[in-house]
Amino acid sequence: MAKVIEKAQQEKEALISGSEAIAVACKLADVDVITAYPIRPYDTVMQYVAKLVANGELDCEYIVAESEHSQFEIVKHASAVGARVFCGSSGVGWMYAFEALTVTPALRIPMVAMVGNRALDDPGAFGVEHNDALAVRDLGWQLVWVDSAQEALDTALIAYRVAEDRRVFLPCAIACDGAFLTHSQSMVKIPPQEWVNAFLPPYNRGDLQLHPDNPITIAPQVNEDWLMELRKHNDEAMKRSRDVVIPEAYRDFERIFNRSYGNPFFEEYQTADADVVLVGMGTLSMPVKVAIRQMRKEGKKVGFVRLRWFRPFPAEQLAKTLSRFGAIGVIDRDFSFGAPYVSGVVATEIRAALYPVDKRPPLLDFISGLGGREVTVPDVRRMSDMLFAARAGTPQPLTTWVGVRE
Amino acid sequence: MMADAVETLPTQQLEAFKGVKKVPLEEYFTSGHRTCQGCESALVMKLMVKAAGPRTIVLGSTGCMYVANTTYYSTSWVVPWMHTQLGSSGSAGLGTAAALKALMRKGKMKEEPINVIAFCGDGGGADMGLSAISATLTHPQYNVLILLYDNESYANTDIQASGMTPYGAHTTFSPPGKVKRIMHTRWKKNVAGMLAAGHPESKYIGTVCASYAVEMMNRVRKALTIGGPTFIHSLDPCPKGWDYDPMLSHELGELAVNCGIWPLYDVENHRLRLYGRTKALAEKRARRQPVRDFLVRQGRFAHLTADDIDYFQAKIDEMWDKWLLPGVLPIWKDLEVDNPPAS
Repeated sequence: MAKVIEKAQQEKEALISGSEAIAVACKLADVDVITAYPIRPYDTVMQYVAKLVANGELDCEYIVAESEHSQFEIVKHASAVGARVFCGSSGVGWMYAFEALTVTPALRIPMVAMVGNRALDDPGAFGVEHNDALAVRDLGWQLVWVDSAQEALDTALIAYRVAEDRRVFLPCAIACDGAFLTHSQSMVKIPPQEWVNAFLPPYNRGDLQLHPDNPITIAPQVNEDWLMELRKHNDEAMKRSRDVVIPEAYRDFERIFNRSYGNPFFEEYQTADADVVLVGMGTLSMPVKVAIRQMRKEGKKVGFVRLRWFRPFPAEQLAKTLSRFGAIGVIDRDFSFGAPYVSGVVATEIRAALYPVDKRPPLLDFISGLGGREVTVPDVRRMSDMLFAARAGTPQPLTTWVGVRE
Repeated sequence: MMADAVETLPTQQLEAFKGVKKVPLEEYFTSGHRTCQGCESALVMKLMVKAAGPRTIVLGSTGCMYVANTTYYSTSWVVPWMHTQLGSSGSAGLGTAAALKALMRKGKMKEEPINVIAFCGDGGGADMGLSAISATLTHPQYNVLILLYDNESYANTDIQASGMTPYGAHTTFSPPGKVKRIMHTRWKKNVAGMLAAGHPESKYIGTVCASYAVEMMNRVRKALTIGGPTFIHSLDPCPKGWDYDPMLSHELGELAVNCGIWPLYDVENHRLRLYGRTKALAEKRARRQPVRDFLVRQGRFAHLTADDIDYFQAKIDEMWDKWLLPGVLPIWKDLEVDNPPAS
């Protein structure tokens, strides 16, 4: 593989959106079967895929399905026969596919999907909320949030590598904030095909492939006799993904593509000397980082942790990192009505992750940016002020809705 | 400029069996299943895959033919088989066929014609999965047969009414009671006719009944050989759901055909052909039996009164006397111009 890099093929650069970046990744990954169904904002990826197919740049069966349920069922079955597949959806479209989403990890189908995060109906809203992708968090889907078009392209390649690793064989959804990432363009380095080929081996389903040469029966009724053992297999696959396969994939990615993401599971921004820390997922990293730079000029030492992999969840690592700070503020671009302390999903998970740790700083949750509303720099400053107050020992509400009309 | 031709893979050339003695002995659906005594759907599975042969992938949606046939550590399927969700037979067949096509074209799998059959029950096919089946029948480039085995109820879950349950039938969702004798007032959907009318790209859509086993197998072979997306609808008497002695399964299938309630026909390359007893009935070479003969043999109709049976008979007479294509297309012959609506 070193040889490949020595050849020093140039990466091309292009001004493309997050959706287009993932379409380019599908081409580089030589995907075999792709199914499309329209819903904003994810569907831009399928518009780019359709152009790649029409122009002969991507050789795949490209099927326009009649619903999201069929969209995900079609690729599920294509994957069982040995095809590399891609699919995606947003908001209630993802929910319409829910039955198919449930059986996909249970069948050990390494599908890669894009979720263009969108608020769930009703009432209608096109903008980002993370509840759609988060709905599958208990089912065996690997879930990764990205915050730039470059990271979307790179993570799509990593997702295939991790999902199709026989030690894992679980699907992976790449969550991209609707509009902020799906529709925003930035300069993206597009790697040469040789690098991708060196990084991503062909999909090999082995003895699980459905074919007349391998006449197996897939998913017979197991009932109480075997279901628990099979659930345990998936549990162990998810653990192997976190402990071995994801770190391996990022190390190889760095070596072959000369681009490093540091810790695969979360990015740390100005945390080295921070007194308090904010945590969030996706594109809210932009206003948070801007606000942190402003506050630092005023002597307020705020750091930021951007969580990438929500499943598998890096509990021990994250808890160890977060326990260093004087207070933790989680920004949830989601809701979980009636949850403990009426917090969002991410804050609830992080509280659980912190429980076994000796030093547990105060943790405040901020529900913000729902339905595509911007998380603004003043919002972030207000959150940080509350964190400093909590650090100083002044009790603060455990959950606050920020940027909402009262 | 000519439009691009639709690229299809070659199909297996499966010739019709010329008589029951020419049917091979090899079975691809064998022991290990737990279907009820007299289950006609199990016979349909056996004949379907016997006709298709060993180079076949079968996808089965949730229903009797999933739950009763495949128990972990024992499978009755000799050919590769995979479960699919209740409403997904169309999508399962489509995805499997698309993968084979892509992998063979791209040199990732050895090229050979492989049959793809997706089956569904009446609940999975005619109710929940109709939309996906319809979509699949519009994709001319994929070779996939969808077979609907219709036992006229959700039989696996305790005999609940489906969109294919006949008028008046007693099911656990439509029990006759003290005030309402008829709880199920819907007339059975006409699925094969509806699909034939709405899917001009499908080269084969037909109805079968396993009481006529060789004819049934030959229609499976025809559908697989002709290629593209195809559909077969099989009426399967069900001792448990219809409430009759299991020894009567074959006879009830024959009665359904002879009473005209289950017409046998193919639409092959867009041409309609009635076959078997149905052809004889249509050509008046044989007389339709009264539907009473069919109904009285089944416990699910035990509560019907003489008036109810007359209503049932009148609806069947309508199928044969009023329908534009008798037994196939429920648009009446007398056009609107002849009978303007009252205004």
